[in-house]
Amino acid sequence: MDNLQIATPEIFLLAATCAVLVVGLFVNAKSNTVYWLSQLSLLVALLMSFTQSGGGDAVTGMSGAYTLDSFSSTLKTWLLVVSIGVLLYSRDYVGDRKIQRSEYFVLCLFATSGMMIMVSATHMLTMYLGLELLALSQYALVALHRDNSRAAEAAMKYFVLGALASGMLLYGMSMIYGATGSLDLNVIGQILAGTASDSPSAERTVGARFGLTFVIVGLAFKLGAVPFHMWVPDVYEGAPTSVTMFISTAPKIAAFAMLIRLLVGGLETLNADWQQMLAIMSALSVVVGNLIAIAQTNIKRMLAYSTISHVGFLLMGVVGVTNEGYSASMFYAITYAFTTLAAFGVLLAASREGHDVEVLDDLAGLGKRNAFLASIMMLSMISLAGVPPAVGFYAKLSVLQAAVGAGFAWLAILGVIMSVVGAFYYLRVIKMMFFDEPTDSVEIKVAGDVTAGLAVNGLAVIGFGLAPGLIMSASIAAFS
Amino acid sequence: MAGILIIATGNSSARKFAMAASILTFLVSLPLYFGFDTSTAAMQFTENVAWLPSFDVNYAIGVDGISMPLIILTTMINVIVVISAWEVIKDRPAVYLGAFSIMTGLMIGVFSSLDAILFYVFFEATLIPMFLIIGIWGGPKRVYATVKFFLYTFLGSVMMLIAIIYMYVEGGSFSVLDLHALALNEQQQFWIFLAFLAAFAVKIPMWPVHTWLPDAHVEAPTAGSAVLAAIMLKMGGYGFLRFSLPIAPDASAGMDTFMIVISLIAVVYIGFVALAQRDMKKLIAYSSISHMGFVTLGIFVAFQLIAKDDMSGVALGIEGAIIQMISHGFISAAMFLCVGVMYDRVHSREIADYGGVINTMPIFAAFMVFFAMANAGLPGTSGFVGEFMVILASFKANFWIAFLAASTLILGAAYTLWMVKRVIMGPVGNDKVAALTDINTREFWMLGLLAIFVLLIGVWPNVIGNVMHASVDNLVQQISTTKY
Repeated sequence: MDNLQIATPEIFLLAATCAVLVVGLFVNAKSNTVYWLSQLSLLVALLMSFTQSGGGDAVTGMSGAYTLDSFSSTLKTWLLVVSIGVLLYSRDYVGDRKIQRSEYFVLCLFATSGMMIMVSATHMLTMYLGLELLALSQYALVALHRDNSRAAEAAMKYFVLGALASGMLLYGMSMIYGATGSLDLNVIGQILAGTASDSPSAERTVGARFGLTFVIVGLAFKLGAVPFHMWVPDVYEGAPTSVTMFISTAPKIAAFAMLIRLLVGGLETLNADWQQMLAIMSALSVVVGNLIAIAQTNIKRMLAYSTISHVGFLLMGVVGVTNEGYSASMFYAITYAFTTLAAFGVLLAASREGHDVEVLDDLAGLGKRNAFLASIMMLSMISLAGVPPAVGFYAKLSVLQAAVGAGFAWLAILGVIMSVVGAFYYLRVIKMMFFDEPTDSVEIKVAGDVTAGLAVNGLAVIGFGLAPGLIMSASIAAFS
Repeated sequence: MAGILIIATGNSSARKFAMAASILTFLVSLPLYFGFDTSTAAMQFTENVAWLPSFDVNYAIGVDGISMPLIILTTMINVIVVISAWEVIKDRPAVYLGAFSIMTGLMIGVFSSLDAILFYVFFEATLIPMFLIIGIWGGPKRVYATVKFFLYTFLGSVMMLIAIIYMYVEGGSFSVLDLHALALNEQQQFWIFLAFLAAFAVKIPMWPVHTWLPDAHVEAPTAGSAVLAAIMLKMGGYGFLRFSLPIAPDASAGMDTFMIVISLIAVVYIGFVALAQRDMKKLIAYSSISHMGFVTLGIFVAFQLIAKDDMSGVALGIEGAIIQMISHGFISAAMFLCVGVMYDRVHSREIADYGGVINTMPIFAAFMVFFAMANAGLPGTSGFVGEFMVILASFKANFWIAFLAASTLILGAAYTLWMVKRVIMGPVGNDKVAALTDINTREFWMLGLLAIFVLLIGVWPNVIGNVMHASVDNLVQQISTTKY
């Protein structure tokens, strides 16, 4: 038990979450105390992890189970930023819909702690611990709207499939443990590379390879890559929109971190094997996600398929098997998270009690009803479509560059063709908002701080598009 | 000289502000012309700032004799556009003018960037304001037209992006000048040429990927059509000269017959299509495609002449293509604005709804006839110069190419003048035409300025010819030496 200070933000956040949980029992259910306390905890954790980021060299603690490096501190910072945004946008939504508020915020905080643990874990057990903390909180969040049968159905699906995926992941990890005799990813990496004293025999590598396959299945499920994507649209559609927003943003960053830690940190010597698997999943995700999204009339389902396609692009960078490729994917994960956050933020702001924005037609004429929300949505859609000068273009550019550099030109060409298909349904949203007449004349009221948050978020989408260097250099620093 | 981005925001004063901004931009762009050193082919007025060091992308801009006239054209057309929108646009004028100003900045960026990614960013970013302009202020079928426009051009340009990335992986630089020097074998050049062709052929547009253009033109508001025809189409022709030819000269030479054939199809077949149109805007849109066919013809006939070792003919063809681009910029903008003037009064673009406009709008009719003549390639107007140079170059290459190309002089005259006859001449067609009032001072200036430029280039083509000689010679040098 050494070096506890590398985990200060996580320890603080967990302690604060427990405190918020207790406070939540005693305050009036209608007051915003729990909300503000949650935001405060996230903010302090953010500051803590931000001050840690200047450290430089990687520090490993707790017998190799936990690592603080620039990779983890950058991702944690972004995780917390995105979580703060999620809480801000969802405050009024959960308030209006008789969802248990204090539970909602506490579960979000628990999930955030879980994600932070996932990002820093360099030991399979810690990683699994973080993953389950995240997953269990998410199952509960989806089911939180308990009178809603669709939410209950979504939660059930999510839970059953999620448990199956966790089982796969655990089984794969156990095979790797059998092959190498260690759960510590650094040690596994050394053993497989043949630099450790007990270098592996051919049979043992086969065992690790067998385990790798199951690990990838588990990871693909958590990311939502084709062909393990079946849960994504149903859960996105069934869950309350605020929960969908949460599921679709920050956990993608965490799942990406887990992918890198496992495949690059531990199993890099097997890259010839996982490169092929990821390339196929990437191609399938990009094609299936974009093509099926066209047919969707429910905007949450559409964004679900859009997420699947973005996961395909995310994997494209990892397929490169170079440090540039990994940092490209990291850049992609971060920009994807805050761009999608803006899109969902607008959906939540445009909803009101008893009338959620669910189908595309609900957005008709938003440009006339509230030009500000419509512009933020437009920026977000342009960025997701990958049109310059929004930040999504640079994300696509960098992963495509990685794929072409690694000799996967066919994958890159497939990717760009599918991004044209993708542009169609993103444009349809813009078309709905600006070119169609409103069907609903009720005035949209947006709270002042939510407006400010959305403005900052929209500025980030365009601002990092004009100067993506800041995130990009952090991503490059994480892999050098 | 920096790429100037004006973002016209504001409310009721937006008109005056946009006017001031556009005139200022035009004035600021003038030193580019007068301070231009005509003796060198090197890039001038360059600026190079590291923009995205992590991507190795630089904010590198500069102009040479090919891009500079196009920039002047852009700033000039922007002034005209602001004049044209002065009274006509009543729905959200600030956003409308703002979109045009942003687009002007982006288009200047396209013509001046010396970094392939920067070029791509500008090239793509122009789609967004145009998408909104057509979609919000367009005609009844605007949504279909604008989505088609966006997706068509987006599909073309993503192919270019892959080619740019591929070349970066090969050569390690995004700089356009480095890409020009990049050694590529036959196979690589072939694929890169195809990728660029996908982007530029859609933009120009060449037959058979031209179908987005009539839709977009017809549905766009008048100024949108004018900018689309006058400048956005030129981005494709410029792309050929700046990217395809110097980067893949051997592939361009290998593909020249194919390119010449589809250019001729554009010139002749689309000319016939134009003849059959009943909608004035559609007619002008098809005539644009036909005229842009001349641009690609002039560019690719050069390779036939290189094979014959006729270097002066090569330069003639390419310069003809550039002059044709500039001249078409003025003429097509003017034609669309003329249609716009009538549309504002009658709210119809059907040729059949008019007749005898000359009786009620004599001044306007004079302008309209003048521009129609220019469109048909009457000597003394700018339309003649470019077409004549290209035909002359084709004649040196092959008589039959020249023969087919020259047939456009007849076809072009036929469809334009026939339209003029039905719309302008004859007795007053109906009550609406009888109630027309002639153009006001604003419209007079708008058309008058364009007429001056059309005449100027027509009688004194060296006004742009001089600045481009050095650059074109350099280009000819580049494309006539093989890369392997």
